[in-house]
Amino acid sequence: MKNNTLFRRLLIGATWAWMALLALVPYLMLVGASFFERGTDTLVRPGLTLSNYLHLLSPTVFTMAADSVALAAVAALLCLLVGYPFAAILAHAPARIQPLLLLLVMIPFWTNSLIRTYALVMLLKADGVVNSLLLHAGLIAEPLRLMYTPVAVFIGLVYTLLPFMILPLYAALKTVDPQLLEAGRDLGAGRVRNFLHITVPLTMPGIIAGTMLVFLPALGMFYIADILGGARTMLVGNYIRDQFLVFRDIPTGSAASVTMTVAMGLLLVLHHLARRRSGKEMLP
Amino acid sequence: MSRWLHRGYAGCVYAFLYLPLVVVAVFSFNSSKYSLAWKGFTLDWYVRLWQNSGLMTTAFNSLLIAAASATLATLLGTVAAFVLHRYRFPGRRTLFGTLFVMMMSPDIVIALSLLLLFLALSLPLGFSTLLLAHTVLCVPFVATTVFSRFVGFPDDLVDAARDLGAGEYQVFRHIVLPLASPAVAGGWLLSFTLSLDDVIISFFTTGPDFEVLPLRIYSMVRLGIKPDVNALCVVMMAVTVTALVLSKHLLKEKK
Repeated sequence: MKNNTLFRRLLIGATWAWMALLALVPYLMLVGASFFERGTDTLVRPGLTLSNYLHLLSPTVFTMAADSVALAAVAALLCLLVGYPFAAILAHAPARIQPLLLLLVMIPFWTNSLIRTYALVMLLKADGVVNSLLLHAGLIAEPLRLMYTPVAVFIGLVYTLLPFMILPLYAALKTVDPQLLEAGRDLGAGRVRNFLHITVPLTMPGIIAGTMLVFLPALGMFYIADILGGARTMLVGNYIRDQFLVFRDIPTGSAASVTMTVAMGLLLVLHHLARRRSGKEMLP
Repeated sequence: MSRWLHRGYAGCVYAFLYLPLVVVAVFSFNSSKYSLAWKGFTLDWYVRLWQNSGLMTTAFNSLLIAAASATLATLLGTVAAFVLHRYRFPGRRTLFGTLFVMMMSPDIVIALSLLLLFLALSLPLGFSTLLLAHTVLCVPFVATTVFSRFVGFPDDLVDAARDLGAGEYQVFRHIVLPLASPAVAGGWLLSFTLSLDDVIISFFTTGPDFEVLPLRIYSMVRLGIKPDVNALCVVMMAVTVTALVLSKHLLKEKK
């Protein structure tokens, strides 16, 4: 029996130890650093201050954040517009081939996203595949400028994150009872009305989950903005990276990370509350 | 009519998802070095890749880190799932909460918080820091995969074993682990692909002594890439797809 308690204690202790060291302590350090001052010879200097957060209120940072949020939001919207019909088609495909169709969505998504971004460069560059095809077909007279534009960043974000949208939408669409749509038709609703009043409300959790799964990571994908967007397009991720690695201003970088995480956390909490409320309203 | 429209639309989306990858694959077999024109089939780039020791080292590093961090994450994640499922102890909710936060944290936040830890401990950035960082990335996914396998687990088996005098270790070793093994193996493969897929965490937590493939490609993209990189991308895609298909297979079994 003694052995048992030893085994139990050992496992609990080990789990506590690594989680504290590798998760709790680092998070606390990030939060701590965001309230510290920037040191001259050391990277951070103890001393409580809010100045790092005040830095974030400057107009340049604010513009960057607003642009970045807009960019990520448009990417999420594009994913939704492309992904919803696609997920609906998948959900109505013969049950036998659905797993295969889903696997085909997953495969690109598991390929390293930098490899995929590089693959997009091959498509989009001035002498790339898209321009060559269009020139060859006589549709354009000279190569389009696709690389280093916001359009390229959108393509990159949508391309990288589209599966994150498709999977929750597919899961939500699978739960829509076809009998409800039939009932709607019997009561005289057309396809549009059925869609707007039955399918969309019932798949709202999937729509919200997919939007968040695209929107939130999109904010951090600095390498996509870097490679496809050139120097002018900046995401929150680019800003944070530059604070850490270029300006060596760890406190400000930490404050930006903490702010971003708290904002994301609030979004998730709001989502949770909204779901709970709508869940209650659904009760008889 | 609408059926063909559906198929056409789905086909377009698949084309969008696959076209870039197909282009890379096609170019890895094209004997022309610079132009896009097809100059005939060749395996030269694969031979060049084999001879390019710098590139092969970074690819090997990526696979090494993926295998090592997947193993460590599977060990820690399986034990964490077991502990959280079977034991009640002070701080259990905190552990649950921490796992949840780890899973929801943006990659850049995981990367930076660990970077601060490594700086504070004066650990030189390289193999060991990257290994720890990728383990942190993967553990919550293993823990939740294995944990969800424990839910609806035949508790009477465990009770029977206890009645027959098995200790906690024996219960874990001979009952829990074998029953959870598909989830454990699936968790390992999921971790392996997560680690291979990562860019952001690698970017912050490794140093020049231990370069991994995505970072190498990152620094090469602007300077122009030689076609042997295409060949390497094809090889890495094949590795990832194999891992993914295997993990699907393992997780589907006995559902």
